[in-house]
Amino acid sequence: MAQMLPEHPEFLWRNPEPAAGYDVVIVGGGGHGLATAYYLASVHGITNVAILEKGWLAGGNMARNTTIIRSNYLWDESAGMYEKALKLWEGWPEELEYDFLFSQRGVMNLAHTLQDVRDSERRVYANRLGGIDSQWLTPQEAQEVCPILNVADDIRYPVLGGTYQPRAGIAKHDHVAWALARKCDEMGVDIIQNCEVTGFVKDGDRVVGVETNRGRINAGKVGLAAAGSSSLLADLAGFRLPIQSHPLQALVSELFEPVHPTVVMSNHVHVYVSQAHKGELVMGAGVDTYNGYGQRGSFHVIEEQMAAAVELFPIFARAHVLRTWGGIVDTTLDASPIISTTPIDDLFVNCGWGTGGFKATPAAGMTFAHTIATGSPHPLNEAFTLERFETGHLIDEHGAAAVAH
Amino acid sequence: MLLIDCPHCGPRNEVEYAYGGQAHVARPEDPYALDDREWAEYLFYRDNPRGDYAERWHHTGGCRKWFNAIRDTATYEFRATYPAGTSRPGTGSGAPSDGASSASSTHEGVQP
Repeated sequence: MAQMLPEHPEFLWRNPEPAAGYDVVIVGGGGHGLATAYYLASVHGITNVAILEKGWLAGGNMARNTTIIRSNYLWDESAGMYEKALKLWEGWPEELEYDFLFSQRGVMNLAHTLQDVRDSERRVYANRLGGIDSQWLTPQEAQEVCPILNVADDIRYPVLGGTYQPRAGIAKHDHVAWALARKCDEMGVDIIQNCEVTGFVKDGDRVVGVETNRGRINAGKVGLAAAGSSSLLADLAGFRLPIQSHPLQALVSELFEPVHPTVVMSNHVHVYVSQAHKGELVMGAGVDTYNGYGQRGSFHVIEEQMAAAVELFPIFARAHVLRTWGGIVDTTLDASPIISTTPIDDLFVNCGWGTGGFKATPAAGMTFAHTIATGSPHPLNEAFTLERFETGHLIDEHGAAAVAH
Repeated sequence: MLLIDCPHCGPRNEVEYAYGGQAHVARPEDPYALDDREWAEYLFYRDNPRGDYAERWHHTGGCRKWFNAIRDTATYEFRATYPAGTSRPGTGSGAPSDGASSASSTHEGVQP
């Protein structure tokens, strides 16, 4: 066993019955919904809040991601958002009084072509100018950071170097959710599981409540934080989102002694790998190309990422896949999120994080809570509103974000 | 792994195909007549239903023709495939679910 997991507090959260109404109702009990409620209560003093979760707490993408946290995005708007998130991550274990195994073991993004090298160096310089730790590694330096990495020049896509962000890393995702749920509950937030929103109650252009499978719940304001299901909720509310929902798969091996000291991502051969605290090798890659709500994908996607992983890490050749799974990710055309007001008054939306939502959890919650509480965006999410699709001010992180989405 | 029935070649493995997103999205007759909101709708907004969805596929590893399919996005089951330029067939479960983008012959050749 690589590392013992810490003990949990004796009490985490209540399972209350829904009240008749709340000042704010958050739809979606994943990381982003929980973080939003946490900041509504802790920063804005709004504690009469319910989080409605159709399944169980943090059972969607929060349970299914590969837990990578980094802020080495190319564009200023994205780097600002993700770097704020990383700074909040650095303070969260103490603030939430919960050891969720936040491990700043670094993230390496490999380059396999000359264009990869040019793009990567550009991103390193952009990150440094923005105050984000970032450096370029030669193949030999990359191997010093990660000794099991194959930097031989006789493979199909040799490693030509990579970028490295030392402050990046991983955290134990389910513990993060439980830490947030515990703090939300302490501050009076009702976390209501098995409560699916089936409609919105409107008074003219204003939302005044939600219909659920557990009855009507009145709301002063409603915030959607439902990731892959965002379009379905928007349909119920009567507006459109520029979102396509795709399956995104990941997998783990059986447990091994620690062999992999950092996180390695390759955009070109397309796999990302880390080793969890318990010892599993955790891998992911790109989305399945078709739209899908099935929380599963096609096997050839797994096969391709395994081939990439074995080429980069020959030591993995005899490891076994223990399990694979899928989540539903909400992708936008510019691979950037939406944290925004909507055409419906008092209804707000946080979605479009695609494959990158986990790392942003603290900043998504902070900026979405600000947007809900004040009715207008925080400076960090001003650029991430729905209006950008009309003005043309897209934040094109396709490829630029160090990994394809 | 999906088994996709190309209308021209028959059933083939998913890896022979590329996905093309929503079908039957007609290019605006007069783009200059659109305001920014309408242009954004055409460029960036696509239906994203849970259930039957009319979508485009490209048989890149076969006949290299685009065609359309009706597929359930929850179960991934294909209800029908049909050549580009033909109308959306009935799915046996009543009216098409996304009537807003009803079948027409104007989509022929439109690329995503």
